[in-house]
Amino acid sequence: MTTMTMVKALNEGLRRVLEVQPKSLVMGEDVGRLGGVFRVTDGLQKDFGSERIIDTPLAESGIIGTAIGLAMRGYRPICEIQFDGFVYPAFDQLVSQLAKIPNRSGGRVRLPVVVRIPYGGGIGAIEHHSESPEAYFAHTAGLKVVTCANPNDAYWMIQQAAAGDDPVIFFEPKRRYQAKGEVDTETSELDLYRARTLREGRTATLIAYGPTVDVAANAAAAAAEEGLDLEVIDLRALSPIDWDPLFASVRKTGRAVVVHEAPGNIGVGAEVAARVSEECFYSLESPVLRVTGYDVPYPASRLEDDYLPNLDRVLDAVDRSLEY
Amino acid sequence: MGDTQRPAKKTAKSRPKPASTNEPAFVQLLTPEGQRVKHPDYELDLTDDEYRGLYRDLVITRELDAQGTALQRQGQLGLWPSLLGQEAAQVGSGRALAPQDTVFPAYRELGVQWARGVDLISSFALFRGTDLGGRDVAADRFNMYAIVIASQTLHAAGYAMGIAMDGAVGNEDGEAVVVYHGDGATSEGDFNEALIWAGVFNSPLVLFCQNNQYAISETNARQFRLPPYRRAEGFGVPGILVDGNDVLATYAVTKAAADRARRGEGPSLVEAYTYRMQPHTTSDDATRYRDAAELDFWRAKDPIVRYRKWLDAEGLADEAYFASIDTEAGELVRELRARVMALTDPEVAEMFDNVYAETPQEITAQRAEALEFQASLDDDHEGSDAR
Ligand SMILES: Cc1ncc(C[n+]2csc(CCOP(=O)(O)OP(=O)(O)O)c2C)c(N)n1
Repeated sequence: MTTMTMVKALNEGLRRVLEVQPKSLVMGEDVGRLGGVFRVTDGLQKDFGSERIIDTPLAESGIIGTAIGLAMRGYRPICEIQFDGFVYPAFDQLVSQLAKIPNRSGGRVRLPVVVRIPYGGGIGAIEHHSESPEAYFAHTAGLKVVTCANPNDAYWMIQQAAAGDDPVIFFEPKRRYQAKGEVDTETSELDLYRARTLREGRTATLIAYGPTVDVAANAAAAAAEEGLDLEVIDLRALSPIDWDPLFASVRKTGRAVVVHEAPGNIGVGAEVAARVSEECFYSLESPVLRVTGYDVPYPASRLEDDYLPNLDRVLDAVDRSLEY
Repeated sequence: MGDTQRPAKKTAKSRPKPASTNEPAFVQLLTPEGQRVKHPDYELDLTDDEYRGLYRDLVITRELDAQGTALQRQGQLGLWPSLLGQEAAQVGSGRALAPQDTVFPAYRELGVQWARGVDLISSFALFRGTDLGGRDVAADRFNMYAIVIASQTLHAAGYAMGIAMDGAVGNEDGEAVVVYHGDGATSEGDFNEALIWAGVFNSPLVLFCQNNQYAISETNARQFRLPPYRRAEGFGVPGILVDGNDVLATYAVTKAAADRARRGEGPSLVEAYTYRMQPHTTSDDATRYRDAAELDFWRAKDPIVRYRKWLDAEGLADEAYFASIDTEAGELVRELRARVMALTDPEVAEMFDNVYAETPQEITAQRAEALEFQASLDDDHEGSDAR
């Protein structure tokens, strides 16, 4: 076990990928000499050369489009989109090309492309630097979507994502980048597409992912002081979602609250609520509730604390669920 | 790979000369040493007051920008993208425009904003995080900052198209549009589409590229093989390369391009060859990708030093004048600083405003819910205070 930040864990994970997989490439804006604006790729160009760690022209559609071509040629690109709000120029290449070409080809073409996207708010940034666009991609058949919540997962999930043959959109919660955690560099306990139960409880189930896992865990700790026994699940994969542990948990607790930063409207939480209602109808004591960003554009940073789900809002939802 | 090309070598002088002699040359009217040089195509005949005014703009721009950096360091702004070194590109081009012209900036255009007489506070509010930089853009004829690289180039192309459709071009009173963007922006699809549009519709658009040599850490070598002013030609849009650290040249070249646009003769691209003296923003560490020698090289090309030398030599301004500008800049800085510090946090309700022209019931309900929740927390706090 080693203690490291999520940035370091991702960096180490990428190193492992580059070492074991000679066809893997890292490409994106400023990922080379600078080491990325968050330093996730720090030192990689020095160690693996500028042909494998590629500073690309400033064009997101170009990054994903050429990654597709490189993948067709046998390479395994790991792309970086500098910030969540800058993935949209690549939308066609992601949604109409990367997601669909393998299917169109009748399975003859595989596109092992990983797209890393630092996402979410809470860092006091200007506009377009705090968004949570995961629902667009989770809605797109052909893409897998995952997100890590701690350094250990960051370390292993990036390696597992790069090892598979499907395109993976890999969301990294940037406000957790500097948080430290234990990393087991010897063995990974979980598959990429499995959810994790962080905390067991009987009163209600909190379902979170990425940056809100910590929020949910803190809420559960606070609730424990008031005698409430909350279960906390980190989804980890948003597409496909690992449903069984979710259903099992809700059948046990009878109550669920989903927490994410993205707006609630037609979001991941809506899908979770719908599926839980379908599968756990007779176990539910109250409707599945959501604590999410509001259905407005991400606000100016001085308002973000009021926009983002926080401990108070999560506990309020738990109260409402219990009072139902 | 291209990384072996050291940025320090990429100077105006060592830049490969265009293959064809028909190519426009690097337009320069004032050398780094402050020598006035003649150019066959670009005459400039300003009044003494106008010449002095440019100096005033350059100095004030530099000081206000430095205050942006200072305010960020002191925790008053979340971020600041400094324009240090690019003052001449911005002041010269901004001052060259007519009152009826419209500007689409990127995010580093404080000098253009100043030169256009637009209140600067919106840019500080944006970087302070108290709002999203909104203003009355129609009245200001200066659009909101564009953070998404190159997005504004298409907006400007469309706006210019509308001007032509309105018949508001064709003579001296015609309207022109100037869109500002960086060298990195030229790689985005949007930028190239803007060139297509402007060319095909012969729109009154000037694309003003501040080639400050960097897109964060990446040099020109990662954005193009042929400089933007030459690429424009391929789109049927005339391109002009100008010394971006020469305020007289940027003024003359932009004026010619904007006048051409307003007369209905179509778009053009001005590439201002300049240098970003500060890191990309206050969040950046430029020591990771460039060295001190390169900075020294460009410091010797400082836009203000050469202009001051020339004014002095021409007898257009004296020490007393220069001192008075320093004093005025100091006052403006103090005034701005006070206004920035006075920008308070917005109300929670504001994030629900203006999302739509006709607000859906659902948003109104969420607004009420958010306010109610906030009030319940405030009650709790008051309760605990009382105890
Ligand atoms: C679409 C998009 N991609 C990435 C970014 C992140 N980013 C911000 S500024 C910048 C470099 C811009 O370089 P350039 O266009 O040369 O302008 P400069 O900052 O040098 O003025 C990048 C990559 C962004 N803002 N928008």
